[in-house]
Amino acid sequence: MKLTFIDWAIMMIYFVFVLGIGVALKRYMKTSTDFFLSGRSIPAWITGLAFISANLGAQEVIGMGASGAKYGIATSHFYWIGAIPAMAFIGVFMMPFYYGSRARSVPEYLKLRFDEKTRGFNAISFAFMTVLSSGISLYAMGLLLETLLGWSFIFSILIAAAIVLVYVFLGGLTSAIYNEVLQFFLIVFGFAPLVFLGLKDAGGWTGLQARLATVATANGFASGAWSESWKFMGSPSSNPMGVEWFGLAMGLGFVLSFGYWCTDFLVVQRAMAAKSMSAARRTPLIAAIPKMLFPFLVILPGMIAIALTYKSGASGFTLPKKPDGTFEYNMAIPLMLGHYFPTGMLGVGLTALMASFMSGMAGNVTAFNTVWTYDIYQSYIKRGASDQHYLRMGRMATVFGIAVSVAAAYVATRFNNIIDMLQLVFAFVNAPLLATFLLGMFWKRTTGHGAFTGLIAGTIAAALHQGLTLPIGAHAGVKGGWFGAVHSYPSELAQAFWTAIFAWSACFVITILVSLATRPRDDEELNGLVYSLTERPRDDRLPWYQRPAILAVIVLLAAIVLNIIFW
Amino acid sequence: MQLDIRLPIGLMFTLLGALLAVFGLIGDKSVFQRSLGINVDLWWGLVMLVFGGVMFVLGRRGTATARLADESPEGKKIDEIDNAGLEK
Repeated sequence: MKLTFIDWAIMMIYFVFVLGIGVALKRYMKTSTDFFLSGRSIPAWITGLAFISANLGAQEVIGMGASGAKYGIATSHFYWIGAIPAMAFIGVFMMPFYYGSRARSVPEYLKLRFDEKTRGFNAISFAFMTVLSSGISLYAMGLLLETLLGWSFIFSILIAAAIVLVYVFLGGLTSAIYNEVLQFFLIVFGFAPLVFLGLKDAGGWTGLQARLATVATANGFASGAWSESWKFMGSPSSNPMGVEWFGLAMGLGFVLSFGYWCTDFLVVQRAMAAKSMSAARRTPLIAAIPKMLFPFLVILPGMIAIALTYKSGASGFTLPKKPDGTFEYNMAIPLMLGHYFPTGMLGVGLTALMASFMSGMAGNVTAFNTVWTYDIYQSYIKRGASDQHYLRMGRMATVFGIAVSVAAAYVATRFNNIIDMLQLVFAFVNAPLLATFLLGMFWKRTTGHGAFTGLIAGTIAAALHQGLTLPIGAHAGVKGGWFGAVHSYPSELAQAFWTAIFAWSACFVITILVSLATRPRDDEELNGLVYSLTERPRDDRLPWYQRPAILAVIVLLAAIVLNIIFW
Repeated sequence: MQLDIRLPIGLMFTLLGALLAVFGLIGDKSVFQRSLGINVDLWWGLVMLVFGGVMFVLGRRGTATARLADESPEGKKIDEIDNAGLEK
């Protein structure tokens, strides 16, 4: 891929703006609340776009493109059932507790609701995972730029890390949020033409469906398997994902999706930065709207890529294969960008890609520096210091977090399995956490001992499930089966979904049992932290389009309609 | 009261859009063979330019009204309702 002066100019303009935003916001970073939580002053539309954007790292963009090629429209499940219901839920039911409790982070909510040890467990595992995740973002970006453009891996990750470091150091969460919104628009503008051109080349939606039929039958499935998302979910052997509807709905639709959207501080932090309770509740709901439409922007190009490979269009695009015969799915979107975009537009597309990697990284770094400073440093290392002290600590944590990310990115080049391992660890930790939150927020009888033992039980259950099962055709190792495989799953995805289900269930049951056996706190202490002991937020003075319940219903209906259209 | 996000976003897209559109107008047209013969740079550049312009204008008006709204008695009342029962 050759870049010209124009493409470089576009990239440079983006970098200048990103840094400029950081510089311009520095003067507003007076307190630690400003730095870690934007002073709780951001309007809902901004936090809404940042909420979705923090999640939309390049791994999402590249990964969803890859999945679009590999699984077809079924990939939309990750969005239409794997995200929307959870986003509606957190907006309507959980934000009142996150925002109303004045917790400054997700672990802090756990401290307020339960006790220190539950907070500690969550804070430490989250801090660890989020900074590693940032490293993986960096690694993926370095690899992509090296493959596509021949840039030096170490050079590109250092530059990217330096840019993120500067703008987060200076402008804190606000800087990260502003740049996330910038990234959002850049992705929309950078990818929309790709969808247009790709569809044109494939002969429109009907032409695409016809080509996808070729893909499906060539792979041994019914002709609609790549273009219909629910019809073939009856059994694992009839769809390319290798899952059936129950595992999909419970594993992805419930546990993994709610576990991520409702408890992951990376996204919740953006809602916590909102300027009011109503803005905080609307944040995930506003975010749900672009989220619903993103399949057309990121999954569709992947589908087009594979469709054109099996039955080529006029422009002759094909997806290359790896030495082992499988397709280079991850290269679907980058290669399409290079294939269709002329000079100029190419600059925009590549900048959009880089922006999403950097934004993903910044999101992780801001979540890390907040959890480190408030939940680990302030709680266990140095209490009662001045606010300015913690602000300084936050800045230092930013430097530290970025340094560890760079190190992690480097280590990932040596041990490629790190990425798979991280996905695993995420599932192990997020799935049980969801049970803890649901019980904590909606059942006042849940106790700290219950929560803590539940979390441990859930994590162990996840490890056990993973250790005792294997996806078909895989060898014991990162994919599982460490204790000898007693059950085999039709696909990796199926195994992941069921690990989540087991982890959640174990945590749920154990938390209830241990809670019943231990003494709960008094009702007054739990005011504002539990559903039954908190005043319902009053929405009746708001106009209809600002009421979370109404927005949630609209969003859910729209998602259902989309599911039906692409059934 | 803070920097209105629409200002930098508007500015950046105006700049990018202008760059793209100008190139699309006066640059070497053979590069558009890739994009199925369509001058993506010109058309999309114009779209981005308009988007950037709109954002920037909204941002300027937003900054002005936000300043006024924050200080008005109504603005303060709304702030109270929004945050009923919560300390900052």
